[in-house]
Amino acid sequence: MNALVGLLRKEMLHIVRDRRTLAVLILLPIVQVVLFGYSIRTDIKDVRLAIVDPTPDATTLALRARFAATGTFRTVSVLANTSALETLFQTDAAQVAIVFGPRFGEAIGRGEAAQLLVITDATEPNSGVARENYVSAVVQSFAADLPPHRGDIRIDTRIRSRFNPTRASANLFVPGLMAMVLTIVSALMTALSLTREKETGTMEALLVSPLRPWQIIVGKVAPYVVISFASVIAVLAEARLIFGVPIQGSITLLLAEGLLFILVSLALGILISARTSSQRVAMMGAMLGTMLPTQMLSGFVFPIESMPRALQIVSYIVPARWFVTIARGIMLEGVGLTYLWRETLVLAVMAAVLLAASVRSFDIRLD
Amino acid sequence: MTELAIDAKELTRTFGSFTAVDHITFDVHAGEVFGFLGANGAGKTTAIRMLTGLLRPSSGSARVAGYDVATESESIKQVIGYMSQRFSLYDDLSVRENIELYGGIYDIPRAELRQRVSDVLTQLHLENAEKELVRSIPLGWKQKLAFSVALLHNPKLVFLDEPTSGVDPVTRRQFWELIYEAAHRGTTVLVTTHYMDEAEYCDRISIMVAGKIEALGTPADLKRQAGVSSVDDLFVALARSA
Amino acid sequence: MSATPSAVSVKDLTKRFGNALALDAVSFDVAPGELFGFIGPDGAGKTTLFRILVTLMVADGGSAIVLDDDVVRDLWSLRRRLGYMPGRFSLYPDLSVEENLGFFASVFGTTIQREYDRIAPIYSQLEPFKTRRADALSGGMKQKLALCCALVHKPEILFLDEPTTGVDAVSRREFWDLLSRIKGPELTIVVSTPYMDEADRCDRVALIQRGKILAIDTPHALTAAFDRPLFSIAAADRYHTLQAARGFPRVQAVYPFGATLHLTDARREVPAAQTVAELSSYLREHGVPDAHVEQTPPTIEDLFISRMGAPDDRVVA
Repeated sequence: MNALVGLLRKEMLHIVRDRRTLAVLILLPIVQVVLFGYSIRTDIKDVRLAIVDPTPDATTLALRARFAATGTFRTVSVLANTSALETLFQTDAAQVAIVFGPRFGEAIGRGEAAQLLVITDATEPNSGVARENYVSAVVQSFAADLPPHRGDIRIDTRIRSRFNPTRASANLFVPGLMAMVLTIVSALMTALSLTREKETGTMEALLVSPLRPWQIIVGKVAPYVVISFASVIAVLAEARLIFGVPIQGSITLLLAEGLLFILVSLALGILISARTSSQRVAMMGAMLGTMLPTQMLSGFVFPIESMPRALQIVSYIVPARWFVTIARGIMLEGVGLTYLWRETLVLAVMAAVLLAASVRSFDIRLD
Repeated sequence: MTELAIDAKELTRTFGSFTAVDHITFDVHAGEVFGFLGANGAGKTTAIRMLTGLLRPSSGSARVAGYDVATESESIKQVIGYMSQRFSLYDDLSVRENIELYGGIYDIPRAELRQRVSDVLTQLHLENAEKELVRSIPLGWKQKLAFSVALLHNPKLVFLDEPTSGVDPVTRRQFWELIYEAAHRGTTVLVTTHYMDEAEYCDRISIMVAGKIEALGTPADLKRQAGVSSVDDLFVALARSA
Repeated sequence: MSATPSAVSVKDLTKRFGNALALDAVSFDVAPGELFGFIGPDGAGKTTLFRILVTLMVADGGSAIVLDDDVVRDLWSLRRRLGYMPGRFSLYPDLSVEENLGFFASVFGTTIQREYDRIAPIYSQLEPFKTRRADALSGGMKQKLALCCALVHKPEILFLDEPTTGVDAVSRREFWDLLSRIKGPELTIVVSTPYMDEADRCDRVALIQRGKILAIDTPHALTAAFDRPLFSIAAADRYHTLQAARGFPRVQAVYPFGATLHLTDARREVPAAQTVAELSSYLREHGVPDAHVEQTPPTIEDLFISRMGAPDDRVVA
């Protein structure tokens, strides 16, 4: 019994004295609980609503007021016809639109079925369904409140999810998946490759050579650029061929943006490895610093608008967030640089800054 | 007739088609200091692994402290000590914690353990360092401590794998004094080393070349037979003729 | 840039790691074409010194000039001109002998072919194994490969950090034979080793312990500098003899040395024959009847022991 107790005590001491691993072990679940807790929101709020009302009358105005009164919806635009709706959705100004049929109030007054078309921007699957349900609920409660002497009122809500007609989950996940794959290959593998060199001692030999830091970095990192690129193409091809995910926009632009994102991830990998010579620590650093944020805060699975303000602000510095927006825009909405120039600029600046920092952080000595 | 601490007969170990240890036969008397020499890759480590019960022989037999290595390896582990150059102590545990840990592993009763811990600390002049982590004490202290820990449970036989690697000449000699004292008290010591002058300190030595024992005897006899004046020259002569 | 006579010129070099003083105002010069050895145990500061000289670390104080280049300011120029073999095996385990060598050649802008004649003395021993993975080589072979890689780009100076540590006696000899063959007026070689007997293979050696240089000179001059007669005692029961000799009233130091014991007399001016006589009779009276005492020439190890002071004390900055 003595031996077992001694062994247990020793293991506890090892764990307690390895500060870095201990910090990660304690922090990781705490961080994850916070992120998961705040990200998984089935309730929705502050939904941007566009209204198309060709023939405004007392009834439509009443219903519009009802939507405004819920506090869940915020009317961003009132249009006379649907032509400008497209733009509103593409620029993400509106997330839901309701389109009143012509002479809505008259139809209800005559006791006929009145048409109400609900359009949701369902590029985020969870929120799309939730928003539809909410809209339906508001409309049904309005209909129930209508005076019975106006005759039978039947409001048909035909719900059509634009930009994701098949609502295939693959469509929605592919951009986020690309970001995940690229983060793993670029950030994680780069960090591991550099620290492995340090761990085996070969870095010493490399350093005492005419090789400059940028040469060592490019030499070690270039293969991973190629591999990352190949993964991107593989993911896209798979998505296209097996799941029928469309790429509405320019493939060239998508690949170019992918390259930009790869550069950002690579730089992050190099920065992480500059701080440590242990592969284990590099792996944990890469997980904490790149993979976890990509998974949780890029909009990959959990919509960013549903997160508390603090997390939304944090998500601005997560490169994957910008890339996912770009990828979704190109793949699902077919837009180009004119709409995505802001996000592209952010990624480009990140890439430039991080790459410069990573070359600087590379030690030309062991000290 | 003195008891044999180690009695190996035609001990062999193969790995696939490669024969690491090739039918070695030798014995070690109780209380002897025996030098087990050979180049890296000659088969020393494999042989020692078999003798400590860590590896099963492919053929042949060996008895260590009276127990058979193939069938009674657990009993062997109770009565032997082991100190390896690569590892013996935990870097992130203190001096005292290391001693206590091994005391616990070998089931030394509490009161007795306390006494032995303080004996070791006194003997090695480590009283002031007992709370220091092993990683921050000098190499020489580590090695002497590792040796004492290997002896903590009063084993009949202790295996030392390159115990003095890298330390200064004075500390090496101090270490060998510890070895002599242990041998004087009756503990058999089997030691491997790359310092050929340390081979001279041993009562008898064996030299392994390519899995076989090519020399076995006292340093003085072997040197005389080979017509050389140092074990270093003996080693070279054997290796070159193999 | 004036031509300095030294290949390496170090003045008051100091390096600390936290509270520990690794190098304590070390100064020395190495002449061009010399085979210069640093002899000392682990923790003496050999690796730290080498890392500073090959531009991998920056000292906290003092200066170091290698081949007329300052190790801090002129590091890019120096890195072309020197060859380095780190203490740990630092080649790629999953690449073959040929691939490793080819890589290091390419990093310096050359190929194995082009340098073949020059590295032939060593590479010829490796060539039969050139497709073997580096991690499948024996210890001695690994060292030869590492030496080859350090040499392939025609450096003007080589720094070899403990190239023979952990390697068997035969391989060690072969390695030093190789060094003797490749050294020349155009190649200065600086080696470190914990094995005192290897000092004799160097042109000059520096004994280093706990960050300080204990002595620098040719091996011959160093042993001649031993300041008093040295005696060896041969007897059957060495342990018992050691205890007895410790009690000799005139003893300054006595310690095991290979097959014998070495002893120095605290009285420097007494003739050797007298010590032999007094010691022999003392031992005979104290239970060592078969003691054979005679004067013996000192070795580098004897010198090291006499100079090094108390072992293993910690040095605090």
